[in-house]
Amino acid sequence: MKLLKSQIEQKTGDGWVILLPEEPEDMWHAYNLIQEHDQIRAKAVRRVSKVSDSGSTSSQRITLDLTIAVTSTEFDIGSGQLHVSGRVAKENEHVKLGQHHTLDLELNRKFRLEKADGWDSVALEQLKEACDTDRRAELWAVVLGEGTANICMITEHQTILRQKVEIAVPRKRRGGVDGHSKGMDRFFSTTLSTLLRQIDLPNTASTPQAKTLPLLLASPGFVATAFLAYIRAEATRTTNKPLMTLIPTIIIAHSSSAHIHSLNEILSSPAITTKLSDTKFARETALMDKFNTLMRLDDGRAWYGPREVERAVDKGAVGRGGGVLMINNALFRAQNVAERRRWVRLVDRVREVEGGEVRVLSSLHESGKRLEGLGNVAAILTYPLEDLDEEDGNDAAGEEGESGEMII
Amino acid sequence: MPPKSGVSRTRNVGYDDDDVYDDDDDYYEAGEDGAEAGDGMTADDKEQMRVGTMQIREALGEMSGFASDEQIQEALWHYYYDIAKSVTYLKNKLGIAPKQEAPRQEKAKTASRFDQAASVADQNAPATAGSTPKKKRNATTNGEKLAESVERLNVDEPRVRSKNLNVVDEFEKSGLKRMANFVVVGHVDHGKSTLMGRLLFDLKVIDQRSIDKLRKEAETIGKSSFALAWVMDETSEERSRGVTVDIATNYFETDNTRFTILDAPGHKDFIPNMISGASQADFPVLVIDASTNSFEAGLKGQTKEHILIARSMGMQHIIVAVNKMDTVSWSKSRFDDISKRMTAFLTEASFSEKRITFIPLAGITGENVIKRVENSAAHWYTGETLLEALEHIELPQRDLQKPLRLSVADVFRGDIRSPLSISGRIDSGTLQVGDVILALPANETATIKSIEVQDTPVDWAVAGQIPTLHLTDIDPVHLRQGDMVCAPNAPVKLVKAFTSKLLAFEHVLPMPVEVFRSTLNSPGGIRTLSARLNKFTGEVVKKKPRIIKPGEVARVVVQLERELPIEEGMRVVIRERGRTVGAGLMENVA
Ligand SMILES: Nc1nc2c(ncn2[C@@H]2O[C@H](COP(=O)(O)OP(=O)(O)OP(=O)(O)O)[C@@H](O)[C@H]2O)c(=O)[nH]1
Ligand SMILES: [Mg+2]
Repeated sequence: MKLLKSQIEQKTGDGWVILLPEEPEDMWHAYNLIQEHDQIRAKAVRRVSKVSDSGSTSSQRITLDLTIAVTSTEFDIGSGQLHVSGRVAKENEHVKLGQHHTLDLELNRKFRLEKADGWDSVALEQLKEACDTDRRAELWAVVLGEGTANICMITEHQTILRQKVEIAVPRKRRGGVDGHSKGMDRFFSTTLSTLLRQIDLPNTASTPQAKTLPLLLASPGFVATAFLAYIRAEATRTTNKPLMTLIPTIIIAHSSSAHIHSLNEILSSPAITTKLSDTKFARETALMDKFNTLMRLDDGRAWYGPREVERAVDKGAVGRGGGVLMINNALFRAQNVAERRRWVRLVDRVREVEGGEVRVLSSLHESGKRLEGLGNVAAILTYPLEDLDEEDGNDAAGEEGESGEMII
Repeated sequence: MPPKSGVSRTRNVGYDDDDVYDDDDDYYEAGEDGAEAGDGMTADDKEQMRVGTMQIREALGEMSGFASDEQIQEALWHYYYDIAKSVTYLKNKLGIAPKQEAPRQEKAKTASRFDQAASVADQNAPATAGSTPKKKRNATTNGEKLAESVERLNVDEPRVRSKNLNVVDEFEKSGLKRMANFVVVGHVDHGKSTLMGRLLFDLKVIDQRSIDKLRKEAETIGKSSFALAWVMDETSEERSRGVTVDIATNYFETDNTRFTILDAPGHKDFIPNMISGASQADFPVLVIDASTNSFEAGLKGQTKEHILIARSMGMQHIIVAVNKMDTVSWSKSRFDDISKRMTAFLTEASFSEKRITFIPLAGITGENVIKRVENSAAHWYTGETLLEALEHIELPQRDLQKPLRLSVADVFRGDIRSPLSISGRIDSGTLQVGDVILALPANETATIKSIEVQDTPVDWAVAGQIPTLHLTDIDPVHLRQGDMVCAPNAPVKLVKAFTSKLLAFEHVLPMPVEVFRSTLNSPGGIRTLSARLNKFTGEVVKKKPRIIKPGEVARVVVQLERELPIEEGMRVVIRERGRTVGAGLMENVA
């Protein structure tokens, strides 16, 4: 995203920016930046009806600059489209104040964003992150098993499922494995053609000189290896140049399943980290792994859930010397302003008062989804704390140590 | 002023005061994707078809004139381009009725639909995260479906007639032998497939010539020790790598019992296949490699995991084959040691001690498999052979009276006269030729055209059997592995989330998991840890625990990626990152 112009009051955070989204991921950044009540100004297409002198009405579509006060946003991950709905905030000859309109933000069309509540620390950081264009890791990943393939695009901030291929592959049967191997061939051929369609299309727009992105193939067992062999054979058989150039970029990795959430383990596996070190998604994945390890130790140094984490911060346990606050960026998109403030305050406190580390995870990466399951916030503490989840009279009786048949 | 063209997409034109987007129907129609629709054949298929047709014409020689291109291609299609099989089929057909007319258009259409189903299936509906596909189909009630399919039956001839048998009566009258399905489990390379190959060979299910042939082939690729395993390991991948990947099914019969073997893979990557096999079995045969270190390695690996899975499925009896006794010179102390440690482990996993049978044996030599070991070093053992133990094992009750439940293990083309076939174990109920069944989650009906049990055509099948059903009146797109087949008047509910009792084998947090319900495998998540329970009384010990530790029992909410057929009392296995983390028992819809 390009920052064309900005005017933000240092002290109060009041002000606005003019931004130019340049690649699909920028839509995701815009989605994270735009809050309810903010004012957006952008080009809009609107149908206006006119009553002619003769009395007949005709309707016309015109483009105009429109400023709206946001009431809601809607983001479609697959297409990267962002729709911002709101009420007209500046009247002009075609629209009246308060009329409803939905703006569709588009690539290479600038928009102006003014924060209703001013730019807080989290918003400023998001802005910085959105406009930081140097060295962004991007790769294609295909997580596959016998008969299913999830074709994903992984960028610094998003994991986008581009397409899911599902082919009915008959299983091996006694005295006949033909159905199975023919099925696998069909599966590979469909997966490859789908993948090639994907790799070509969305990528040319964002990368003018068509750089080849790394391609990760991950599966349990031997499917990924067999697929690579298939790609090789196809490239040779059809003397397909572009396909040939793709082959050296392919990385094979192991995953425990063909499901997309396996990316959690794949992205923190050595196969990836040695090739693509220091990417946001690898860091986030590694951090969630570390958190889970500490949870299993159960020594009171890892906590999750809004209330528990706030309590831990209150007790000064998420500070200098190893304290880490993990927070899902979904929380900052809260419709409710007070809710957002609650989380911004927590972030500010950990960072500025306590001296701890804050990691904002992208809700669109698998690691962010994992965090979402834990209530969107988690913390690694500098010292153990017990009973942060205590509520009086919470525990019922019922000691164990009896015997007999288990209930399950 | 007219708008500049190309500025906005149709969808994005400004709206009047109406902010509602058209709820467009992204709901997919098979075959719309352009790409390979049309006749449903890929370029590859077409080429194979062309070449195949030529080869067949050549092979048919003078008979070639009697066969139309459609007939040839239909045969090729059904036999997956296998020239020899197609020729045999055509010769038979032409030989009997040389002037038979070309197959009806109708049939050819069905065939090509399979391909469309296969290649179009889900890729037409790319799962854009966050948007749930609309379920128009489920809106129709089962009753309507039934009516519809009856209608279809009327137009579609020849129709499949039901003999309207009382299957339970038929079963009781039939005096059928005991039926037993067992799954062979254990750590990778512990000798499961070899043991089964040996069993079948010694029982003469596999003849000497076939074994000799396998021996020779195995030798040529330097894998001679795997010759017996190759009876089960039939794919080229399995053979070249020397590991079982998917369940191999085989049959044998003794005086009192008809057995179905489900030989599971031991490698941890293939546990989903193992689970699907185990879900079709009555009891497990656990194979343990007695040689030094192997037993110990297994105990930390899949020996342990397979036991937990078998137990999660409610299996009560177990035969433990302490294998490769030849490598430890039939040492009694090794056998006793292994038995002792396994008993401790198995009882902890709540197998009762009297339901565990240990047998020292060697699959490679066949000692104690069906013949008693003669080695003098083994005289200390006077117990049963594997075959005797199999014959004596107690089998679980069959629920013939309950509504039909069959979890689909495989979808394939198993019969030239049927557009598709499925196989899977009948968990409860009965079925017969002519029955209309309901496939879930598609909520589509199909008619059973014919049934096979252990490769033999039959009129009916009952709970505990693993039949192959050849179906008609259904588009193949509606059936896949893991689907639930039930009676249209007693369907399984579709659920998106459910509460479950959970016995944890590993630490459990709210997290993404894989949910297994017999042959079904679906991504999902543990959404909430509701309570930790007392293992024996079921009382709540702690509400909303932050973590469940191994060995603890809890009540959790399991979330599924989409609505799937799971009902009260069904057992699920929960896995995360390739490890089995818990066994669940569905309580109710959440
Ligand atoms: N010495 C000896 N070797 C055996 C015996 N049984 C099997 N083996 C060897 O063990 C190896 C593995 O045998 P398989 O039958 O493929 O083992 P498996 O348990 O089916 O392996 P997976 O299905 O891949 O888990 C082969 O080399 C066999 O020859 C036995 O009784 N004694
Ligand atoms: Mg095997």
